[in-house]
Amino acid sequence: MSQIIDWVDERLDLSGIRHFIAEKGVPIHTQKIWYYLGGVTLFLFMVQVASGILLLLYYRPSASEAYESVQFIVTQVEFGWLIRNIHSWSANLLILAAFAHLFSVFFLKSYRQPRELTWISGALLLFLMLGFGFSGYLLPWNELAFFATKVGTGIAGAVPFVGRGMLRFLRGGDDVTGATLSRFYALHVAILPAMTTVLVALHLLFVQRQGMSVPMKEARRLRAGGFQKQMPFFPDYILRDVLVWYVAIALLAALAAFYPWELGRKADPFAAVPAGIRPEWYFLAMFHTLKLLPSHILGFEGERLGVLAFGLAAALLVVVPFLDRRASREESSPWFTTVGLAALLYFVAFTIIGYLAS
Amino acid sequence: MSSAFNRRRFLDAILGAGFISTIAAVAYPVWRYLIPPVSGEPATQSVVAAQASQVKPNSGLVFKFGSKPGLLVRTPDGELQAFNAVCTHLDCTVQYKPDTSQIWCACHNGTYDLQGNVVSGPPPRPLERLVVNQRGDEVVVSRT
Repeated sequence: MSQIIDWVDERLDLSGIRHFIAEKGVPIHTQKIWYYLGGVTLFLFMVQVASGILLLLYYRPSASEAYESVQFIVTQVEFGWLIRNIHSWSANLLILAAFAHLFSVFFLKSYRQPRELTWISGALLLFLMLGFGFSGYLLPWNELAFFATKVGTGIAGAVPFVGRGMLRFLRGGDDVTGATLSRFYALHVAILPAMTTVLVALHLLFVQRQGMSVPMKEARRLRAGGFQKQMPFFPDYILRDVLVWYVAIALLAALAAFYPWELGRKADPFAAVPAGIRPEWYFLAMFHTLKLLPSHILGFEGERLGVLAFGLAAALLVVVPFLDRRASREESSPWFTTVGLAALLYFVAFTIIGYLAS
Repeated sequence: MSSAFNRRRFLDAILGAGFISTIAAVAYPVWRYLIPPVSGEPATQSVVAAQASQVKPNSGLVFKFGSKPGLLVRTPDGELQAFNAVCTHLDCTVQYKPDTSQIWCACHNGTYDLQGNVVSGPPPRPLERLVVNQRGDEVVVSRT
């Protein structure tokens, strides 16, 4: 092994990597547990890439064959059920992990100067993950997915001014048809992965360049001349990371084996909407809020206002580092903590209410 | 010292075995998944290839024999012959050549006679012959 490394070293000069491996450290403090969330999110994304590539081998993206091909995967192909269930469950865990990562970073105010770009790339990645979830949901072309996509693209259609164009762009026409499936497929396996690859690379690059952020209290202590305890990344920290990934694998395998993802009935554009139609859990809070809005608020259409508000919230989320000036001066910013807590509470409560209501 | 050394080696071995088992546990299902399942479609035994009156002497037509192509030929003498149209060389679909009254594969210029035997070119084996029966005007082709 060392001979191989020497051989490569002689030709490519690995001293930079050696130095990086030897130097990279992870700060030790009371909040260090939150560092694992980014790693496990990345790990689950890798699981998605691998299982997604495997599904591509048998999946057929057309209205007449999509459902049958997924049926073929889960019933005929050996371990096809496992691969599909892993892909579905890992998608859900990935979004859960991404949300947890986002909130932990938010409450620790790790977005503060100089890590604004890391936060922005992370928030954009979360939106991309939601895009993956939304586009992937339609691909089995079953009843539930078909109507959820109708509703979801309909929400995009409610955006003021550009909604109509967006709806037609997303659906590939006026209705959800095979053309929509082709678009969502292209989005899911080519466009979103390309964008994600670039953003993940940037996100990781930023983290590596700046090192791990430490909580404000810790930072103040360090500035006052305190000593930062560190753990080497290789191998101490990476082994702990791997341990967390093992837990994720165990959870995934158990969920995939004991709670298989149902395929349901094939989509029929001329069938009535089945009762209990609802989107994936991470869209439930938004879905339920829009359901509760009155049809008109102050003379405006309720749904349009709702969609506009969600768009505004997403935009604010991206620019949080520039709004929270106190945090950038390493001062506590209780207002932002309060707003974050309210958002988290709203999200959890409405997801549960939405779940129970449908 | 030696006991610490042994304990370290023991732990390394356990850890290594754990990693290898994980890789095996992932690689095995993936490997099995990559092998396409055997098609459930039973091998076709018999089909109606054409109407006899449509096939003129010294002509041939390719028909669907299950999932594979078949070749029905009416010889210049008026006799009907049928073959599995898959060339024995590299799986191209063969055709009837009226000017030489031979079966010809366009991919690598292999030729067969009207019994399916190789005349020239790279094909290693004769074409598989199928049985032709006439039922009224229908030409029924079946596997022997």
